[in-house]
Amino acid sequence: MIAQLPPRQDVLARRDAIVAGLRRLLAPDAVIAEPDLLKPYETDGMSCHRQVPLAVVLPATTAEVAAVMAFLHREGVCVVARGAGTSLSGGALPMQDAVVIGVMRMNRILEIDYADRLAVVQAGVTNLGITQAMEGRGFFYAPDPSSQLACMIGGNVAMNSGGAHCLRYGVTTNNLLGLKLVTVEGEVVDIGGGHLDAAGYDWLGLLTGSEGQLAIVTEVTVRILRAAEGARAMLAAFRANDVAGDCVAAIIASGIIPVALEFMDRPAIHACEAFAHAGYPLDAEAMLIIEVEGSAAEQDDLLGRIGEICRRHDPISLRISASAAESAAIWKGRKGAFGAVGRISPDYLCMDGVIPTSRLAEVLRRIGAMSAEYGLQVANIFHAGDGNLHPLIMFDANEPDSFDRAERFGADILRLCVEMGGCLTGEHGVGVEKRDLMVVQFTAAELDQQRRVKSAFDPGWLLNPSKVFPLQVPPA
Amino acid sequence: MQTSFTAAQLRDPATAAANQVLRTCVHCGFCTATCPTFVLLGDELDSPRGRIYLIKEMLEAGRPATAAVVLHVDRCLSCLSCMTTCPSGVHYMHLVDHARATIERTYRRPWHERALRALLAWVLPHPGRLRLVLAAARLARPFAGLLPRGGMSFRRVRAMLATAPGRLPPASPLDGVRVHRAEGPRRFRVALLDGCAQRVLNPAINDATIRLLTRLGGEVVVSAGAGCCGGLTHHMGRHDQALASVRANIAAWSREITGNGLDGIVVNAAGCGTMLKDYGFMMRGEPEAEAASQVAALAMDITEALVKLGYAPSRPAPGLTVAYHAACSLQHGQGVTDAPRMLLRKAGFRVVEPAEAHLCCGSAGTYNLLQPDLAAALRDRKLANLCATAPDMVATGNIGCMTQLAGHGLPVVHTVELLDWMAGGPRPG
Repeated sequence: MIAQLPPRQDVLARRDAIVAGLRRLLAPDAVIAEPDLLKPYETDGMSCHRQVPLAVVLPATTAEVAAVMAFLHREGVCVVARGAGTSLSGGALPMQDAVVIGVMRMNRILEIDYADRLAVVQAGVTNLGITQAMEGRGFFYAPDPSSQLACMIGGNVAMNSGGAHCLRYGVTTNNLLGLKLVTVEGEVVDIGGGHLDAAGYDWLGLLTGSEGQLAIVTEVTVRILRAAEGARAMLAAFRANDVAGDCVAAIIASGIIPVALEFMDRPAIHACEAFAHAGYPLDAEAMLIIEVEGSAAEQDDLLGRIGEICRRHDPISLRISASAAESAAIWKGRKGAFGAVGRISPDYLCMDGVIPTSRLAEVLRRIGAMSAEYGLQVANIFHAGDGNLHPLIMFDANEPDSFDRAERFGADILRLCVEMGGCLTGEHGVGVEKRDLMVVQFTAAELDQQRRVKSAFDPGWLLNPSKVFPLQVPPA
Repeated sequence: MQTSFTAAQLRDPATAAANQVLRTCVHCGFCTATCPTFVLLGDELDSPRGRIYLIKEMLEAGRPATAAVVLHVDRCLSCLSCMTTCPSGVHYMHLVDHARATIERTYRRPWHERALRALLAWVLPHPGRLRLVLAAARLARPFAGLLPRGGMSFRRVRAMLATAPGRLPPASPLDGVRVHRAEGPRRFRVALLDGCAQRVLNPAINDATIRLLTRLGGEVVVSAGAGCCGGLTHHMGRHDQALASVRANIAAWSREITGNGLDGIVVNAAGCGTMLKDYGFMMRGEPEAEAASQVAALAMDITEALVKLGYAPSRPAPGLTVAYHAACSLQHGQGVTDAPRMLLRKAGFRVVEPAEAHLCCGSAGTYNLLQPDLAAALRDRKLANLCATAPDMVATGNIGCMTQLAGHGLPVVHTVELLDWMAGGPRPG
């Protein structure tokens, strides 16, 4: 189990009083404190790390969040914000002396303004829920993490989430207009609003991706976009990982930016095909999903040019999706890929490094070698177009040293990413998972500056501590 | 996901099976999004992932179920929407079934709950008893207003009185054990699960099913000894009572299989179909295991059978818009999604689908009786989505959904009633 800061003993001692205080602020079913019922909240999408919190609260409004925050601030209690609990970096992992504030009940769409192309939603609305609310109107919210069915926009803001289509549309921070947030003291603050380029400093840029360490987001104003006339996906199958990697680099180097350019290797292809029945090429070592959009003529032109590049890499097969149903199945497999790996392995660690696309083939070769060295299988699934790797290291948590080996293997992959000129995290956040590797990426002085930013918002380090920064260095 | 069962615990086959299910779950959380109770209540404890965790803890600890855990497992509809969503293939149904049986064995419910559950388990699977109770309920209904407003038990009784139909249709002349001859030369021979509650509440469904099958050249046998599928008691955790029903059915249909042979066992109540298709798993390790698997393999929803047999309408298209309400047991439990829609279109209806088609209507077996508040919230949400499609009527493949959605302004019929009508049968009433 990962180390955490020692729990504040005075807080643990006052547990009953703190819970009673929370019960005075919220509806009876919005405070969970029974040990039995706290258990399911001990972890998130990274279930290898677990810690039962002091309590869980489920406020229904910004005012309730503010009241809870003010109370906990007075009491000196740590806070962990939680959306759908799908984090793959342990971002919502509780601490023993912390109260988890779940925003799942704040799931209303407050406003959709087609004229100004924006939507105002509560933090607990799912990512896909925003697009679904506009069904039939031809608009969508662009960032599309694979967990978009379940993950919530509040968590997307906290982790600056990406997704398959971010190659074209940018990540969360590029699609936000405003935030309503509650500070550690319980003050409600609005930043940005219904237009681009808010006045003053770029607070949106600072807060997006701050992993619940600066404030708690309760409402989000997102940019919505008109959907393209149409989109089509192509499946390209290759004989080897590095050939597919070279093909990705060649596509990007040619100047074509598809809307999505996704990579899956053999274990991933097989696991996902079993789930999605999308007709993935089971004889391939690696497969690319390449999606283009626009008018039919635009699609034809782009797919023609991309097909040309693929053919230079000795593909086993090239298949262009012929129908919306076929495209949906292709994406269902990709979006469910992490869960689908559950079919071939009881547990996995999902890595999230970024590298320059020109180094893809080399990195895949090195990961393959490490896989043999550590004796652990790896399934490679990732957003190849922007160099965002998601190697899934498979292990069996019921075997004693297997998790430990998987963690060391993962750390080596991330070190490799930094060595190649990339970085530790593309879209899952640092959380607890990459916390201790921050020193690989940043110098002591750089880390210290970042800690000062946190201290400016949260002088007592009550918001999601034990995350992002290595523990051995005290708060700035 | 990691589990921590002892070797001794894993020697119990039921625990070993539960462990297998738990080990498949990777805790990704996708299932939460499509779970009706999570959507309503916004608490992980009322989501599949939360329940899986609660069940895991309960089983690992090997202690009796606690009231808190029972509350959240009881709130599960067993709609199995989570199984459609799950990328890892977690067999939630087997896990929650095992949890319900464990709860029934280790947890003592308050007396009024025990009495209510015992009553439901005694009445519902038996058409004769159900007929009597529904007649009594009709007499009692005017007095429902006298019941105190508060208290879950009173709300449950009120829900039961509200659910009971105003007047019962008379039993059909086609009802009962017999062989229905094929029209023309016999092309196939099937057994029909004629059901329990459905026979009483709406005999027209079996009648339409029999006409559809015999018209296509089928000999339809309603076997002596076959009865309730066992689902109602199974979902209340009454393992032994459920197994008795299952055994009786397996014995009855095995006699048919070895006698005149069967090409299929047709089910027109989707909830029962899900149950039949799971007989193989339920009876694993029992002497009847092989026969159970044989029965499970022969079980098919009536719409699957009709697609296979080549259903065709004989009347001109009626120019009606039908909203298809997918019963959870059909879409999630059996993965039968296209057949009913395709058949309705083939029969000449304009088929529309409501938003949130994956969400349960709240019927879920006895759920609408045991969890009236959540069931009503889901019903209202479903009705609003159905109304938004502006249909002439709603078609669905499960008697539970029909009872749940009826009486709110939208005509609700069984899919087979419409198909039969267009193939020459009577217009659904």
